Amino acid sequence: MTEHAYNFAYLDEATKQMIRRAILKGLAIPGYQVPFASREMPMPYGWGTGGVQVTAACLTPSDTLKVIDQGADDATNAVSIRKFFERTARVATTTATAEASVIQTRHRIPEERLSEGQILVYQVPIPEPLRFLEPRESETRRMHALEEYGLMHVKLYEDIARHGEIATSYAYPVKVEERYVMDPSPIPKFDNPKLSGMAAIQLFGAGREQRIYALPPYTEVVSLDFEDHPFEPMKADHDCDLCGAGESYLDELITDDAGGRMFVCSDTDFCAARRAGGHRGRLVPEGDAA
Amino acid sequence: MYVATKGGERAIDAAHDWLAEERRGDPAVPELTIAQIREQMRLAVNRVMAEGSLYDPDLAALAIKQARGDLIEAIFLVRAYRTTLPRFGSSHPVETCDMAITRRISATFKDVPGGQVLGPTFDYTHRLLDFKLMADGEAPTAARKPADPEPAPHILALLDRDGLMEPLAHDGATPRDLTREPLELPADRPLRLQALTRGDEGFLLSLAYSTQRGYGRTHAFVGELRIGTCAVEMEIPELGFAVEIGEIELTECETVNQFTGSKTEPPQFTRGYGLVMGQSERKAISMSLVERALRWEELGEENTGAPAQDTEFVLYHSDNIQATGFLEHIKLPHYVDFQSELELIRKLRRAVAPERLEAAE
Amino acid sequence: MPEDFLMGAFAQPAEEAAFAFRACLEAMARPGRVQTISGAIPPAPLSVASGTLLLTLANASTPIYLAPSHDTAAIRDWIAFHCGAPIVPAERATFALGTWEALHPVSRFDIGTSDYPDRSATLIVEMDALSEPNARLTGPGIETLHEARLPEIAAFRENRARFPLGFDCIFTSDTSVSALPRSTYVTAL
Repeated sequence: MTEHAYNFAYLDEATKQMIRRAILKGLAIPGYQVPFASREMPMPYGWGTGGVQVTAACLTPSDTLKVIDQGADDATNAVSIRKFFERTARVATTTATAEASVIQTRHRIPEERLSEGQILVYQVPIPEPLRFLEPRESETRRMHALEEYGLMHVKLYEDIARHGEIATSYAYPVKVEERYVMDPSPIPKFDNPKLSGMAAIQLFGAGREQRIYALPPYTEVVSLDFEDHPFEPMKADHDCDLCGAGESYLDELITDDAGGRMFVCSDTDFCAARRAGGHRGRLVPEGDAA
Repeated sequence: MYVATKGGERAIDAAHDWLAEERRGDPAVPELTIAQIREQMRLAVNRVMAEGSLYDPDLAALAIKQARGDLIEAIFLVRAYRTTLPRFGSSHPVETCDMAITRRISATFKDVPGGQVLGPTFDYTHRLLDFKLMADGEAPTAARKPADPEPAPHILALLDRDGLMEPLAHDGATPRDLTREPLELPADRPLRLQALTRGDEGFLLSLAYSTQRGYGRTHAFVGELRIGTCAVEMEIPELGFAVEIGEIELTECETVNQFTGSKTEPPQFTRGYGLVMGQSERKAISMSLVERALRWEELGEENTGAPAQDTEFVLYHSDNIQATGFLEHIKLPHYVDFQSELELIRKLRRAVAPERLEAAE
Repeated sequence: MPEDFLMGAFAQPAEEAAFAFRACLEAMARPGRVQTISGAIPPAPLSVASGTLLLTLANASTPIYLAPSHDTAAIRDWIAFHCGAPIVPAERATFALGTWEALHPVSRFDIGTSDYPDRSATLIVEMDALSEPNARLTGPGIETLHEARLPEIAAFRENRARFPLGFDCIFTSDTSVSALPRSTYVTAL
């Protein structure tokens, strides 16, 4: 069977309509998880099926798509998803953040500020921020309905009592427009501040768990914290060894078995653009274009 | 110098080529045909059809071949294909009482109208490796007798006539469709049965076993286990009547369970139900036990906290495609989150007095 | 000559629906901002925008209420043929369609439940025009504030007060759409 045997963007129209309606309700109730009848996709659950369905429902033939995993365009799963849409939707693809109209991501928000006209689609494994405190869906749904988030605050406070600070470093819970507590997907908490007031539309898809949720542009998103223990984003205390950036999220690479390390931007496009612009890091010799 | 898990497109293509080569194995050995798998690996084909929720022996055989015999992978292939198929309509419910029976046994009666039919079963084989099969697989021809014209009514229906069975509640409403709507709790019986019939055989087997060992015990007898083919009929709007569009093999298990009655119900027997595509006996029995255990609430029984009584637990974890996907996704790179954890641990350790760290080392 | 109701659908369903949805997505994400959509040629008095919205979002699983302003045999036939959506009373509608006056009283429409606030109606409101702002909007999707044309003010303030319950509105006129989700704060200009 050729790719053309499948509908534009793979999903049949009735399925896309169902997902589209869920997305619209998600935008109308920021941070609330809309149940949707997630379909079996030709890739495993847990590998981005929710994000892929949301992207498929949003793409038009004139879109330019970027797909990243861990901030990188060339990570294998990002490559695989990008290829899927090149085949089934025949859209243009790019690695340049600014050129993309739709960006599907796993675990990162790009460093470059996104703008109006862009959509950021997150792959979400466990959409329920309360799940690790209460495994039952019937219970957590009630807690959201009653705005009963005490359990979450207790958990965070116990962290402070035990460790002196909140011991959650990724998938750090946020409150949306002073109503719903939301899981921002497993992005490092370094990325949390970017969620709030973003000019682009943010959509979250959890395929296996059958949930879609959304943040309209310029939505107020607050990372949960306490007055005496304010939220603090965190990154490795280094500059990028390739491009010298001091404000980007860094991957740590072990370079030998004697404790040698290097730190490089997790956002590969951001790093490459900086190097192309002449910025150099510690491990790039003078005069080397990297 | 910066490669890590990044290898991109070339790595993926190379992996796929290697996989194809491994799938074929030694080219000196003749390649399996779909027909061979369909005919000689029939129980594997049945499982793939049942858990893939698609009755098509050829496609199931193809999936098994493509998946190198990994049945969950094969089920996945079938599910992903199934979801792209357009829906033309719904069939009438199949009438399992009209089944053309190849196997039918009852553990609750020595003999029953229509008779006990042992059929093609492993039950009384001695589990000795048959080394003859290493050389040639020619089988003796089994004895044949003409089909029994006597009807084989459901055995539980016979108990039903005496009022000893719980009455079957059926409001005629169209059940919710698990494949078209998100799973939502509380799940009624039709929804639970849908989830269980496509649920993982191993998961259901273990849960059913746990009920036998006392975790939500239901005192089940196999009232009847029947395997055979049923006609599938569909209403054709243009014709105005139903026509037979094919037949499918099914395994049906009805258990008879002790029930001492509750505030609202007199003492009577209750039932657990299992219906699975193909000859899938272990699955059908497991399903009927788990199904019965999940009915504790509607029957006014005590919730003992057993896993098999926990609808949310059972339904959310029975699908092996969901389970395997999520389980295996932890192979994907998580280094961004891990880095965040590293920074946190380092920070927490900096806050700890040096003597405590030394003492710990 | 084919029957009228057979006409007026998308020529390229997947692609045109994709473009229409994106306009709709932008509209719902940025309350009050006007987007353009087209593709459907529905029977009058259904606007191009409303017809396009129905083709993009409605099907057999989305019951539709037609307010008196739009409850005509031609529109019923067109929806039945192209969307397959059942026509139902206001209380059971996923989508409700009509002029604002004809949709009244809007308190009839489903506002969802506290467990499932998404199970609420979306009102497609046919307007003469989406220009000449009379309301000031703030809230999610709006950077500071946005001025927009609304058919009234009070009903939307009441709707916001019930958040997260409430209905959501899409306003249409000719080939223009804008939206007002329940999350938007509204004041008169």
